[in-house]
Amino acid sequence: MAKPKVATASLAGCFGCHMSILDIDERILQLIDLVDFNKSPIDDIKEFTDRCAVGLIEGGCCNEENVRVLRDFRKHCDVLIAVGECSMMGGLPAMRNAVPLKECLHEAYLGGPTVYNPTKIIPGDKELPLLLDKVYPIQSVVKVDYFLPGCPPPADTIWQALVALLNNKPLELPYELIKYD
Amino acid sequence: MSEKITFTIDGKTVHGKPGMTILEAADSSGVYIPRLCKGPGLKPRGSCRVCTVMVNGRPQAACTQPAVEGMVVENDSPAMLEFRRNLVEMLFVEGNHFCPFCEKSGNCELQALAYRLGILSPRYPYMFPKRDVDASHPEILVDRNRCVLCGRCVNASRDVDGKTVFEFVGRGGHKRIAVDAEAGLGATAAAAGDKAAESCPVGCILKKRVGYAVPIGQRKYDKAPIGSEIEK
Amino acid sequence: MDKKQKQFIQGICKSVGNDRTRLMDVVRAVQAQYGCVCSDSVEWIAEALSLHRVEVESQVSFYAFLSGEPKGKTVIRLCNDVIDILNGAEKVAAVLSEELGIPVGGVTADGAISLEWTPCIGMSDQAPAALVNDVVVTNLDSDKARAIARQVKAKRPAADLVRTLGDGNNAHDLVKAMVYNNIRQKGPVIFDVFESGTALRKALAMSPAEVIRDVKTSRLRGRGGAGFPTGMKWDFTRQANGSARYVVCNADEGEPGTFKDRVVLTEYPDLLFEGMTIAGYAIGAEVGILYLRGEYAYLQAFLEKVLAERRRLGLLGKNVCGKDGVVFDIRVQMGAGAYVCGEETSLLSSLEGLRGDPKNRPPFPAQKGYLGCPTVVNNVETFCCAARILDKGPGWFAQMGSKGSPGTKLLSVSGDCTRPGVYEVPFGIKVQDLLKLVGANDAGAVQVGGPSGVMIGPADYGRTICYDDLGTGGSIMVFSAERDILDIVRRFNEFFVEESCGYCTPCRVGNLLVKEVLARICSGKGEPADLEYLQSLGQVMKVTSRCGLGQTACNPVLSTLKNFRPAYEKLVKADKDGFKPAFDIKAALCEAEAIAGRPSEHFSH
Repeated sequence: MAKPKVATASLAGCFGCHMSILDIDERILQLIDLVDFNKSPIDDIKEFTDRCAVGLIEGGCCNEENVRVLRDFRKHCDVLIAVGECSMMGGLPAMRNAVPLKECLHEAYLGGPTVYNPTKIIPGDKELPLLLDKVYPIQSVVKVDYFLPGCPPPADTIWQALVALLNNKPLELPYELIKYD
Repeated sequence: MSEKITFTIDGKTVHGKPGMTILEAADSSGVYIPRLCKGPGLKPRGSCRVCTVMVNGRPQAACTQPAVEGMVVENDSPAMLEFRRNLVEMLFVEGNHFCPFCEKSGNCELQALAYRLGILSPRYPYMFPKRDVDASHPEILVDRNRCVLCGRCVNASRDVDGKTVFEFVGRGGHKRIAVDAEAGLGATAAAAGDKAAESCPVGCILKKRVGYAVPIGQRKYDKAPIGSEIEK
Repeated sequence: MDKKQKQFIQGICKSVGNDRTRLMDVVRAVQAQYGCVCSDSVEWIAEALSLHRVEVESQVSFYAFLSGEPKGKTVIRLCNDVIDILNGAEKVAAVLSEELGIPVGGVTADGAISLEWTPCIGMSDQAPAALVNDVVVTNLDSDKARAIARQVKAKRPAADLVRTLGDGNNAHDLVKAMVYNNIRQKGPVIFDVFESGTALRKALAMSPAEVIRDVKTSRLRGRGGAGFPTGMKWDFTRQANGSARYVVCNADEGEPGTFKDRVVLTEYPDLLFEGMTIAGYAIGAEVGILYLRGEYAYLQAFLEKVLAERRRLGLLGKNVCGKDGVVFDIRVQMGAGAYVCGEETSLLSSLEGLRGDPKNRPPFPAQKGYLGCPTVVNNVETFCCAARILDKGPGWFAQMGSKGSPGTKLLSVSGDCTRPGVYEVPFGIKVQDLLKLVGANDAGAVQVGGPSGVMIGPADYGRTICYDDLGTGGSIMVFSAERDILDIVRRFNEFFVEESCGYCTPCRVGNLLVKEVLARICSGKGEPADLEYLQSLGQVMKVTSRCGLGQTACNPVLSTLKNFRPAYEKLVKADKDGFKPAFDIKAALCEAEAIAGRPSEHFSH
């Protein structure tokens, strides 16, 4: 029987949640026995090659590329899991949400006290994805099936969640594993 | 009047003294009723509604409702827990609660309630309001992003410190905590030793230069859920 | 200038005995004089009344008619109640806005005129209506709006806007309002001839206990909406311990679509004051307070005159009606624009010079009310009923109406009907009979009890108006079949968003969340699951809110989800790809596209 496939992505995140996935230590060997990774930075597959059982999303949506990737995940994954605070509430990047985008860019590229930018140009190359007006939690962009909170969620949380899902068991986290930091 | 009041909470017999609220009687009997706006040693306000219980089938705030002989209180039922989850989730989306880097994380009562209630993520959309920070005081910081409008600081400052440094202004969604000086907290009579400075359940009113002192894993709610100090 | 202002404020404070509980009178006077309660004023008021400045700010910031920022010398408050909107208030707003050169919410550059929306001002039977300072203007249209704007710009006094006077006491020298009573059906309890002193003399011939017994026997229940037995309330207050007792009349008629108290205050003030005096005698109070909503300020001078006349006749004051030791007088306390103050404990907070936050109950006002003393708080209509009961006897009263709801009820009827106005009907009247009476032949929906009540459709028109079936404080809004139900619900929700005091979580946050999801549904971006979400959100608000406002704020949503479900169902659609329809990528990218000066690579069309 073919192994279920798992995909992962980091949107507007810091890859800390991916580090936490790796932090399951030697259980990674068990995990490889249980699943195949499809699109993921872990195996560097850039685009989906098959339908996946589970998609893990780190980070919220701060730009158009994030939205495209997130929707692609929703299309290709049976179950979509928000991993970490940024995915489910925007996290640190969402600190800009009360500030208009124009002011953010001005502060970052023109007016900020540490800015060195002799060209006085706000980067706008076509290769750069456009920023959204604010950072969106992923559940406001697509339907999300499960949430694993934490910054990052502990490796044990991710492990327990994956094992439960792959065995068709309900996902119930004990007190020690529900943490927002 | 008898010296003892007996009633039940979730079928368990509890005792209180005349004049006690349901919350006080429950506390003294080792039954935890989740609460947020009611601070230790402060008058109850009944504003957060987290302590809502059913009293003989009618919803009441346990922190303000007097305990009465023979009353039947429903506290830890699935229905009441669900109401509480809703209320706590409302408070999360109403403000800007960035737990990952908040100094109060691990010692925050709002966060601890969410942990205890098993909230993974609020069902409501985040509002991301624009709120301000008042760092004008040399020892105390007010970060309104994290304010849950519980009013503990208002009561503490007025009733315990005798200073009335804090009070609410505005109404509805515009309600916010204000201080007793146009120039900010630094121009008020607030002092680091005030009850008001330590009464905040979240990371809104903080003493400066003491953040992150306790490592993760050893903070107040890292191991034991909020309320376990009351439960026997 | 500053010195003059300080002296003015000190004078005002002194005139209320530097009593902090009279803060409302002080800030109203300052607002009227200077167009705002500025930071300096706050400081001086605090000093004079021995308050902290943040306490003054806290109070000022609570009320819509008070402001920290300067408003125009003339403030035009256009009513945005749903009935006014359906009658063209938005068109009126557009004309005013154009003529004055300011948006709604703005102040003219010279600081002369402010234009703003205000919730129901109690004129739904002559909508659209507005307040120009304290002057009421009714039945507005584009032409009238243009004329008003030009007159106000020409700095003519607001009183000049009144060209024709209304009927009855609206034409009284101290009222001079263009308001009409629109009394469409008279009845035996309220709208009947009343001779001052008759009821009071009968009451004074009895013992206070006997008066309460009569009110109990009549089975009179509170007319404000909650329906608490009045005799019992009086009895509790009489028996409670306290250094003083108070009688408070709730004339903060703020429920949108209600205006019957306005008519009673205009035409039957003696009946009301007599009822209050009887209550005072029954419970042993010496002071009565009429809490009059700020919107009815145009009636204040007239009511003061009526009170003065009653003092002259010995119906108020020392030895009332010549009876030794019976002391009772009444003062008028103005409100300042806060719907929640119609909630009795909020009203008491407001009377005490505080924010209009509701108080925790228990203790109930009967035990600890105004200034911590036992207090009876009743609605205008309730006191009138009590006076009539003492005059005509409890048996006479109790045999009218229905079993659990004796007597008659004043209904304020507005909306899509040919005869809007006030009706005195026996309790137990069927909705369909009422609709016939008011000339509403194609009613598609009826909102019973204002936004805090329920919306019913034709299937429920056989139901009756009484405490045991469809309760109402008096508001009946009729909507014809072609009205957009969800638009009405959204406006009701916006009313609660504006009027929530913000004290408790479920009302403060819940109303905003309801607003968000209703907007989503109405823009066609709702999903079927949103209806369950609304239902459960409404349930949380209903069960956990602290006062009646929050507990009932979701009633329009909950009752229409039940009675008008298809209106919601036709707007929501299931999403197949798992994308959230409410997330609008084009809108989210709009700003960035403008800054970069190029369209999106991923999402351009």
